[in-house]
Amino acid sequence: MSSTEQSEMQKDPEQTRPGPVYAPAVDIFENDEAITVLADMPGVKANELKVDLRDNVLTLHARVTPPEAASETPVLREYAAGTFFRQFTLSETIDQAKIDAKLTDGVLRLHLPKVERAKPRQINVRSE
Amino acid sequence: MIVRRVWPSRPTFESAFAEMDDRLRRELVRRLDPSYGNGSPEPAAGVFPPINVTQDDERFYVRAEVPGIKPDELRVTALRNRVAISGKREIPPEHDRVSYHRRERAEGSFSRTVALPTEVDAEGVDARYADGILTLTLPKAEEAKPRQIVVKT
Repeated sequence: MSSTEQSEMQKDPEQTRPGPVYAPAVDIFENDEAITVLADMPGVKANELKVDLRDNVLTLHARVTPPEAASETPVLREYAAGTFFRQFTLSETIDQAKIDAKLTDGVLRLHLPKVERAKPRQINVRSE
Repeated sequence: MIVRRVWPSRPTFESAFAEMDDRLRRELVRRLDPSYGNGSPEPAAGVFPPINVTQDDERFYVRAEVPGIKPDELRVTALRNRVAISGKREIPPEHDRVSYHRRERAEGSFSRTVALPTEVDAEGVDARYADGILTLTLPKAEEAKPRQIVVKT
């Protein structure tokens, strides 16, 4: 009884640095060859973004440097620069060597090709 | 078995909430909000795009989060103390036969107008787009700039 409760209480590890953490909005779709992830990460530069895939867990992590100069004082604040963080569990086996990540205009496009054996094969049924 | 009664009669969901003080209820609603705990003290405006405005002595800086929009699809106008940002975000359809697992990114037209505390020099407005952030630099109108006054003795 207590062991099941403990496993349900499992929580993501906390980050050491304080500050807001945002989950980027994503589109995820797949076809027979690959899984594609599109993530909105405004303000993120390519060198600030870390994409990691291990043990079937895909991690997106980016720390945004606030663009404001020290001399600026806020007038209206609707968003804050912080950290983008999101994790996904992938059920398919991904070909690690062929992963391609592109960051354009604050949108990450992550192409995750499936390994050969995971691709579905059409089987022709012959009649004798 | 002894059951201690907290409410005089069997409490319904509504009566239990009626007992709560209004502030407590608001706090509860706030904590139930999925965005709570992300550390963002800013109220979600629920509009697109979110805009930050800052100023220094000379200028206003307007920054808007508009990821995935081509700069030529953005329209910025400035008149007196108003800045309008409008545009359209289109997510091109994927041509392969794909099945979607998640579709969270929104698309469509948007338009927002921000009133600044003082008038700006519309001629000197500079607009830049980088990494999904639109940055407008708006010089304050000459009469709106603060002046240093020398205190004589």
